[in-house]
Amino acid sequence: MSNPNNVSLNINHELSFIDGHALTIPTLSILNEEGDIYEGATAPDIDKATAIRLYETMRFIRALDERMQAAQRQGRVSFYMQCLGEEAAVTASAAALDQNDMIMAQYREQAALRYRGFSLDQFMNQMFSNEKDLGKGRQMPIHYGSRELNYMTISSPLGTQIPQATGYAYGQKVRHIDAQTGELNSTIDNITICYFGEGAASEGDFHAGLNMAAVHEAPVIFFARNNGYAISTPADEQFKGDGIASRGVGYGIKTIRVDGADALAVYAATKKAREIATTKGEPVLIESIAYRLGAHSTSDDPSGYRTKDEEAKHKGCPIERFRKWLLKQGWLDEAQDAKDKETIREEILAALKRAEKVEKPALEELISDVYDKPIPSLQKQYEELKEHILQHPDAYPTTAGRLK
Amino acid sequence: MAKMNMLHAINSALDITMAEHPNACIFGEDVGYFGGVFRATSGLQEKYGKHRVFNTPLTEQGILGFANGLAAFGAPALAEIQFADYIFPAFDQIVNESAKFRYRSGNEFNVGNLTIRTPYGGGIAGGLYHSQSPEAYFAHTPGLKLVVPRNPYQAKGLLRASIKDDNPVIFFEPKRLYRASTGEVPEEDYSIELGKAEIVQEGTDVTVLAWGAQMEIIEDAAKKAAEQGISCEVIDLRTILPWDVETIAKSVTKTGRLVVSHEAPITNGFGAEIVATIQQECFLHLESPIARVCGLDTPYPLALEKEYVPDSLKVLAAIKQSVEF
Repeated sequence: MSNPNNVSLNINHELSFIDGHALTIPTLSILNEEGDIYEGATAPDIDKATAIRLYETMRFIRALDERMQAAQRQGRVSFYMQCLGEEAAVTASAAALDQNDMIMAQYREQAALRYRGFSLDQFMNQMFSNEKDLGKGRQMPIHYGSRELNYMTISSPLGTQIPQATGYAYGQKVRHIDAQTGELNSTIDNITICYFGEGAASEGDFHAGLNMAAVHEAPVIFFARNNGYAISTPADEQFKGDGIASRGVGYGIKTIRVDGADALAVYAATKKAREIATTKGEPVLIESIAYRLGAHSTSDDPSGYRTKDEEAKHKGCPIERFRKWLLKQGWLDEAQDAKDKETIREEILAALKRAEKVEKPALEELISDVYDKPIPSLQKQYEELKEHILQHPDAYPTTAGRLK
Repeated sequence: MAKMNMLHAINSALDITMAEHPNACIFGEDVGYFGGVFRATSGLQEKYGKHRVFNTPLTEQGILGFANGLAAFGAPALAEIQFADYIFPAFDQIVNESAKFRYRSGNEFNVGNLTIRTPYGGGIAGGLYHSQSPEAYFAHTPGLKLVVPRNPYQAKGLLRASIKDDNPVIFFEPKRLYRASTGEVPEEDYSIELGKAEIVQEGTDVTVLAWGAQMEIIEDAAKKAAEQGISCEVIDLRTILPWDVETIAKSVTKTGRLVVSHEAPITNGFGAEIVATIQQECFLHLESPIARVCGLDTPYPLALEKEYVPDSLKVLAAIKQSVEF
């Protein structure tokens, strides 16, 4: 091996350290608050249908978030997480992908799932953990997943999806590698995008996942949502370096930072990242900067850890910014938009009422899917439990009446 | 048939899998060109390419994270953790991710394609960190299967079954026996069913149960007991999760006595689970308390390894105590 240490040896005879903030990282910004393209910026090539779908997704998610936050306060669902302020980051990045690309999200990316076509009833059934939930009522609200839509089921432990995304993307690449040369023999048809927060980037899995993606050249887009807070912990108590983007360089990964409230910048960056991943077969890191306008979840109140002044400084709405651009493009009818918003609210309320009434999963679902088939000891435990429930039906009203 | 040691047998099972699935990948620390520190993956990179048999960076949590993703994609993911002592950085990926992948998604996704191979156990002068038997930690996790072979024939058949099984499997390889254990092994493909114990030797006075490298020890103890007129029924559990309660209970119903032996520390070792279940299943048939011959509740020692391990003398003493109770 000609370079056993795998470093660039720039011999220097003067003692000097590189500063911890030596890197200058630009932030890509295309659309201003007024919905105009910045001077010198180039709008990405986005057709009307995609732009409208992107907008409608953000509009829907904002309405869903508002309604479900309220539903939690009313005690109708146990938990909820809003995407407030990050709608453009999540939706525009999803819009830049192929429908068959895998999405491995953290938890606040419901807009990406909606963009793919997850129905209102599917959202509701998951949140009410009823028998129509694809996840069979096993996880807390907002832990969505859909094989049909290539959206990996959300897992609460933070950062675990990062090295998994590397492995999944590697699987997508394997058949495109020439066994003799080890080089790509064709463009990779589908890749993986992996979302995570700046807080989750402190987990060991972040390091493992990015380093392995770089070394094994996995076609994965790491999308860091730097929204300033991990529950209550501000980013300046999370890391000392220049955001998450500075780390990409350390791993030898092509990196870009974008204004995450700017749908066009996010779309442009993700589109390009996808092109790099599919043609070069290597990972890309995107750091999106967008302030988390809401709480972490319904379980915390931001007034306990940040000031109203700070919140006022970041009140810019990413949806409104994109809407202004759409209006200037002549692609959106304002009166129709107002009417649609009203319809969406009504539909959400109706779906919520429907989902509330659907039964909980049957008792069998307690033991199914632990293994591909229930193992004998588990089957025995199930029979014993069933017997017990039949003896005390009043204590187990959810399942007792439906037991055969 | 060919004479193989356990490493050859494992290599053969991996080779068959790689030939069978164009997407299957073998990965872990040093498993590439070098063929692994024990050489279990020898020659496979040359045969299947660097893109399918490769070294990973030194990150166990990364290996298992990567493996979960690759398995979820649908490719057989054959991950190696160089020593079971070093599996703990991957504990979260195994316990919270692999084991729960199918359940939490309502079977939208699963990692049934995942097989984790890892050498375990003592007897190689490895001290605290090259000798552990961590099976009990994983046995407490629904969703996993745990398999331990005792010889080359078993290793190949059980590894093939583990790979083909549609659940994540941890395959613990008794490293002390890698080269020490040899035997006739078919060169062609075959599988040994998971979840089934094997009665290695029939007997009438006492059932003696173990798995993996400990089988050699209890077989030796049974031979010594036979010289003293005690007939032992020797059983290899083979699969720890899910374990074959039926075969063990049937045997203990017949003999009325049970000695369980493992190298891991006694407290909360998997023997405890076996004892609890068998006393429930066989209470009225038991002639003596069920005995456990295990490691002490210490970290794995080095200089005093011989004193620490549950050797055949200790097992024999327990057999006699059980019979003479």
